[in-house]
Amino acid sequence: MTTAKAVPARVKRGWAGTGSGLPGWVFAPAVVGGVFIVLPLVAMLVRVQWSSFFELITSESSVAALWLSLKTSTASTVLCVLLGTPMALVLARARFPGLRLARSLVLLPLVLPPVVGGIALIYTYGRQGLLGGSLEFLGLRIAFSTTAVVIAQTFVALPFLVLSLEGSLRTAGRRYEAVAATLGANPTTVLRRVTIPLVLPGLISGAVLAFARALGEFGATLTFAGSLQGTTRTLPLEIYLQRETDPDAAVALSLVLVVVAVLIVLASRGKASRGLL
Amino acid sequence: MAILGVGCSSGGSTAALSTSAGSAAPAAAGILTVYAAASLKASFTEIGTIFQAENPGSTVTFNFAGSSDLVTQLTAGAPADVFASADANNMTKAATANLVTGPPVNFATNILTIVTPPGNPSGITGFADLATPDVSVVVCAPQVPCGAAVASIESNTGVSLTPVSEENSVTDVLGKVSNGQADAGLVYVTDAKNAGDKVTEVDFPEAAAVVNTYPIATLTTAIQPALATKFVDLVTGQEGQQVLAAAGFKPAP
Repeated sequence: MTTAKAVPARVKRGWAGTGSGLPGWVFAPAVVGGVFIVLPLVAMLVRVQWSSFFELITSESSVAALWLSLKTSTASTVLCVLLGTPMALVLARARFPGLRLARSLVLLPLVLPPVVGGIALIYTYGRQGLLGGSLEFLGLRIAFSTTAVVIAQTFVALPFLVLSLEGSLRTAGRRYEAVAATLGANPTTVLRRVTIPLVLPGLISGAVLAFARALGEFGATLTFAGSLQGTTRTLPLEIYLQRETDPDAAVALSLVLVVVAVLIVLASRGKASRGLL
Repeated sequence: MAILGVGCSSGGSTAALSTSAGSAAPAAAGILTVYAAASLKASFTEIGTIFQAENPGSTVTFNFAGSSDLVTQLTAGAPADVFASADANNMTKAATANLVTGPPVNFATNILTIVTPPGNPSGITGFADLATPDVSVVVCAPQVPCGAAVASIESNTGVSLTPVSEENSVTDVLGKVSNGQADAGLVYVTDAKNAGDKVTEVDFPEAAAVVNTYPIATLTTAIQPALATKFVDLVTGQEGQQVLAAAGFKPAP
């Protein structure tokens, strides 16, 4: 992108007339792609019953689901930041045998179908799972609890934060860190005063991606945590259930989910780009 | 749609081909598309095999899913010849959308039963045991037919359950019991039978009072109306009823 900007706009005006430096034909498939994404959202918007919209989204079950979704997504985003930041640092800066393999494994939840993730989580934290017995012994029952929802969301969202932050770390390079170290700063000070502030936009956008992914989590939650109002039935699960009997409510709630997601992305975009500039 | 058609032309042309081939084919042969409730999978697959043997040249293809999903797909224009629902409510929805030819025929009934992990570790003997505080019970949500049946049994018996999860489908309930996450679940007799030794079945007398009826109908959109009628006749006839009875279904009144 920077190379495209470096070319004087005047030279390229004959090609596209937009100053982008791109050949004109690129725009046609780009627009088709854009319409492909936006059209289903428009179709949903058309279906919303505006007369009963407010009533539908303020029903007891809808409010419980929205509230639960916001709570669990926030908790899993915090977990993603706490666990994912050190992971990204290690993957971007450390050198050890098996680093490539470690990266592939960490990114596994990205390519794993969420249902498969849910099944794997059952065999790990479930009552008869790998850790389930020990957890039960400690008096912790994860099955069908809100904790299970947070675990499922964190599992699927973590790679988004790691990937985003690792990219920022690689782009930022190590020059400033090296200078700080030669000036006598110890590794913790370098991390706190140089590295983290430098990649903060990447960290924020990574956290936003993780939050959005957690908010939309469905398959792993349904498989691993179950579905009970106020405890495990998050907004996507509520939408899936409402669709059985009340498609209007399902559409209204879908719109709420889209609006929440868009607001979060916009808010963070503003912050992240300010940081970058 | 026109824009999407450019990218997905192969899918569109395949659908168009099968439509024209279907209308040109003689009534006895062709592809019959049956939309049936998920709980009918085992028995309808068997009935489909019988149908193909009795009608040489015909092929039966099934779409098994939750009844309300099927109605949604049919309403959206999915091409099908026969619809078999797991409850009267979803068949009524299809009829309201003018999808159904003539009055639907009830062909089977199903009742609920308790399932537990193999060996019944919690020692459940009846419906009232499910209300014990330390027993974690999974049921269907009241919005889906199997959950509506649970709600009826609760009000009939005066025993109110506090489930740890209200699932969207009976198969989700079964899964959470068979993998040991829950101590007990309420599913249809046919689901319990189909799960074999992955679960232990605990029948309870109160279940008999809440009967779920399965209606079947041919569709107005049918490409193979003659075959569709034949299929419905097979299901409601002696042969079909035998297959359904073997799967645990009771005959319709």
